[in-house]
Amino acid sequence: MMDRNTHSRRKLVSGAMTLITAACAIAAIIVLVLILTYIAAKGLTTINYEFLTDTPKPVGEGGGIGNAIMGSALMTLLATAIGLPIGIGAGVYLAEFGENIFGNTVRFLADTLIGVPSIIVGIFIYTLIVLPMGRQSGLAGALSLAIIMIPIVARTTEEMIRLVPQSMREGALALGAPQWRVTWNIVMPAAASGIATGAMLSIARISGETAPLLFTALNSRFYNYFFDQPMASLTVQIYNYATGPFEIEHQMAWAATLILVGLILVINVLVRFLTKKKY
Amino acid sequence: MGDKISIKNLNFYYGKNQALYDISMKIPEREVMAFVGPSGCGKSTFLRVFNRMNDTIPYARVEGEVKIDGKNIYKTKTDVVALRRKVGMVFQKSNPFPKSIFENVAYGIRINKMHSGKKDLADRVEKALRDAALWDEVSDRLNTSAFGLSGGQQQRLCIARALAVQPEVILMDEPASALDPIATQKIEELVVELKKKYTIVIVTHNMQQAARISDKTAFFMLGKLIEVNPTEKMFTNPDDELTEDYITGRFG
Repeated sequence: MMDRNTHSRRKLVSGAMTLITAACAIAAIIVLVLILTYIAAKGLTTINYEFLTDTPKPVGEGGGIGNAIMGSALMTLLATAIGLPIGIGAGVYLAEFGENIFGNTVRFLADTLIGVPSIIVGIFIYTLIVLPMGRQSGLAGALSLAIIMIPIVARTTEEMIRLVPQSMREGALALGAPQWRVTWNIVMPAAASGIATGAMLSIARISGETAPLLFTALNSRFYNYFFDQPMASLTVQIYNYATGPFEIEHQMAWAATLILVGLILVINVLVRFLTKKKY
Repeated sequence: MGDKISIKNLNFYYGKNQALYDISMKIPEREVMAFVGPSGCGKSTFLRVFNRMNDTIPYARVEGEVKIDGKNIYKTKTDVVALRRKVGMVFQKSNPFPKSIFENVAYGIRINKMHSGKKDLADRVEKALRDAALWDEVSDRLNTSAFGLSGGQQQRLCIARALAVQPEVILMDEPASALDPIATQKIEELVVELKKKYTIVIVTHNMQQAARISDKTAFFMLGKLIEVNPTEKMFTNPDDELTEDYITGRFG
């Protein structure tokens, strides 16, 4: 009798817990779903070819976000070109040679930098690059994005490389491979998909940044391919449209937001694709 | 036959913990030397002394003399990379690289730049796979992942990988401990075949295996070498009582 009681009680508790955690899981994604549908509903109607290719125009004359998409792409590209090699290199160092005071210091500072609000990075670049140059520029914007990217890439790279089993390293060392070759053509390929994931996630992260671009890249009303000039970006353009006084601007902000979210979604899907292991 | 490896007054420390105590012994050329003893007795540590694999462990320290072909391998100017090419190793758990079967075997050849052209590389890979008695099973899928092989095949692939760089000594750290009896038998036959060309040192927990394949056996306990003798003598009439107790299963 006693036994059956505890048994049914246990089943009840177990069922209740499953329900509660399931509810939490739904609560976690419902927000995302709501945001996505809301953005889609608000933005979808405004999107057309002109909107995707045009530059911003005075209210009432149409205009679009073509230059902003281009600016975002250019700055993200340059930031990636700077941040990815440095971040991966730093991560390799931390994982393979970083068991010392220097490594621990770098690790601690990287973790701190990850937690620093991005606007502070913007102020840093503003003081360091924008003031001496005398104007905002795509370069300054890209640099601040790179600074945000480096610690993220470094730490994920380190984690991924640590996951490569020691036995694999020993197998290569035992064949007479020097340390750098073990790292370069055994450890790195084994961790490649993980490192790629970290890289893509960091790209997704910086392509959504607004604050560090506000006073580094500023904005531009034109297509601009020169990094020494102010450059438009999707996020800043959204900010401008959204804070404008007219309803048409708000709609364009929604549409631009939809484009941005779509691009980030594409990057995340790419990550999924890349993490499929070849061997 | 001459001695390939000679060890004199070897002490080994992990930081403050001493793992090996004053070991002296000789390992003859082109024979199979088996290391047996209870877990944690230092036999794997000792094995890893011969290709300086312990170098990768922080705070590990070696005292004494280890000579291979008359040269002390713990001299400061020893080329560890060259040493490891000469002294190959097969690990307890098979550890193929995340590459194709072909590239696994080719890796050592490539990094040591031993081949002259593509054809030569392919020939060397084939020879190594044949020597490891794996060729017939994998010749039609050389470009597929090494992880697609069975456990026993993976271990023979690791042996082929070690053979490909043409070592003189092969260290085997319980190479069959994770394999079923049939795969184990294949590895054992392979070891007997390989000793015609190579000096083999094998760590094993399996007494019957040591008895079957080795010419000499060394018995270790708590970091000390208790006895080393021809295998036949070891298993029939050992010098030391501890050896007899261990081999007959009275402890361990």
